[in-house]
Amino acid sequence: MNIFLDDAPALVVVLPLLVAAIVAFIPSPRLAWFITIVTLVIHVLLSIELLTSFSSFGAIIYEFGNWPPPWGISFKLDGVNIGLQILFSAFVLIATIYARKIFLSEIEPEDSGKAYSLWLLAIGSLNGIILTNDIFNLFVFLEISALSSISLISLGAGTNRKALLAAFNYLIIGAIGATFYVIGVGFAYAMTGTLNMNDLIIQLTQYSEGQLAIFAGMSFMLIGLMVKSAVFPLHLWLPPAYSYAPSAVSTLFAALATKAILIFFVRILYEVFSIYNDYLILFLDYILLPLSLIAIFVGTIIAIYQDDIKKLLAYSSIAQIGYITLAFSIKDNSGVLAGFVHIFNHALIKGGLFMAVGYLAISLKDRVTLQSIEGYGQKFPITSYALLICGLSLIGLPLTNGFISKLYIFQALYINEMFLTIALVALSSALAVIYFWKIVEKLFFSSKGYKATSEDPAIYIPIWIIAISIIYFGIFSSSIVDFSSIASESLIKGGIN
Amino acid sequence: MKDNISSSPILNIVSRILFAPIIIFGLYVQFHGDYGPGGGFQAGVIIAAAFILYSMVFGIKKGETLVPIKINQYLMCIGVLLYAGVGVVSIFLNGNYLDYNVLASDSSSGQHLGIILVELGVGITVATVMIALYHSFASFRIKDD
Repeated sequence: MNIFLDDAPALVVVLPLLVAAIVAFIPSPRLAWFITIVTLVIHVLLSIELLTSFSSFGAIIYEFGNWPPPWGISFKLDGVNIGLQILFSAFVLIATIYARKIFLSEIEPEDSGKAYSLWLLAIGSLNGIILTNDIFNLFVFLEISALSSISLISLGAGTNRKALLAAFNYLIIGAIGATFYVIGVGFAYAMTGTLNMNDLIIQLTQYSEGQLAIFAGMSFMLIGLMVKSAVFPLHLWLPPAYSYAPSAVSTLFAALATKAILIFFVRILYEVFSIYNDYLILFLDYILLPLSLIAIFVGTIIAIYQDDIKKLLAYSSIAQIGYITLAFSIKDNSGVLAGFVHIFNHALIKGGLFMAVGYLAISLKDRVTLQSIEGYGQKFPITSYALLICGLSLIGLPLTNGFISKLYIFQALYINEMFLTIALVALSSALAVIYFWKIVEKLFFSSKGYKATSEDPAIYIPIWIIAISIIYFGIFSSSIVDFSSIASESLIKGGIN
Repeated sequence: MKDNISSSPILNIVSRILFAPIIIFGLYVQFHGDYGPGGGFQAGVIIAAAFILYSMVFGIKKGETLVPIKINQYLMCIGVLLYAGVGVVSIFLNGNYLDYNVLASDSSSGQHLGIILVELGVGITVATVMIALYHSFASFRIKDD
């Protein structure tokens, strides 16, 4: 058994990718689901093993094929990604438990083997994005995750043909983003001759004054990653993709896909390019900070005017990604910490919301709009209350984990005396109440007197696991904050000025 | 599908003559790949080119009887599993993932064996994916009412 545990960093990525090739040929949806679940349970165990060896030995560098870096590809598990690795592993297991019934009703049974295969490919590649320590290897994982998510999104065409257009848009915009990223990698490789991130940090010190090619490469990489993580104004692919994808798929992507890329984005910012202080400050203060603020307002205001609830949630994701990048653009420990706290919390919140709305969608057999869910608080009470908890957390009510996020963001802004930004963030939180209240009003305060129908425990139990964890992490926030502070401390070692 | 192309005797004969040499050249590139230019990607595309030529000249129907869709799909995954399997075997032999050194008694023949197997996996997958791509695009029809 020990030989497997030593290779846990590789296996968490390899195992889903390998099983994906087998699951594709399983005709029975039930068996395909079962194999997927077994794989992901092993995945969780491997992640726990990674956590225990991280807490006893510190950062792990895993060399593929025993080729030492900088020649070979390596994975790195350190403070930055250990927290996300655990959350990712646990969340994909819950999402897969939830996905069984959703896939049954939204995807043709003969396609289900392929759907689970793509699902595992997406999981494996996102985990690769979280762990990789090689800038070109990241590009490969970005491509695998983009192609598998595009195919998964297009499976939504069974319920709505617009899914095909959404998938095509994502294909084109995502490909442009990936191209930008790989051009940037090309520049960095031409200047330094290395792709390994640790080695890149060392090689870049010889250009400490900064060379134009390095700055060009850096800009290309950052913009490519911004497209992929849907930072405003490069977010246009996200709302249609998330809202027309099959419900289970939107859950997985809304919770984790952009987060995994954002983690790499901050790594590039604060770890690799941290020696270029001036450039970094320019980028953070004059590009990322204003864009994040605009994202928060644009996302929130468009969400207010949405009728379609999945679209509403997708636009709210744009705003929430804005909060994360806003926190990351504050150039100190408190800001990066707040960003990580919000990454963890928002993954749970948006995952829970999309799960609950997904259940309403399959029971409606139609788009979930404000009109169509009128009175559903009485018809589906168990799901609706879970949705209420997740939504209250999205607004940032005390006793939910959303409150903890807001608290740390305000704290970071306060320490850095950015009082105008505090006011704007507070205002945007107030605006978020509007769009969520619209849903609550239709769900719970309606004259239509539905009787409660029996809900499917296979679907509402995973939703409630998320809802309870939202409250749990709202009251006992220490574990999330601990992971975030480990992350921010290992990112900003010297601190930038 | 109207197979009016295959009525041309020149195309017909030339593609019959070329079919086997293309595959042999593909195999040469495949197995030469571990110590010279070549490898799974290139070989896969070359081998697929032979089958695509066959489908182009004799029609999609005959192409699909030559390489049935189902078998093609199995082969795609077998290629991936062969690649990933080599990595898993090296884990079993106490090496890192894809560490070829442990595959044989000494490290240089281990590297040799590892790279041949991995490239074979790449070759199988690339060839079958190319064939599948061609077949799915070529059999795509816009309904004309």
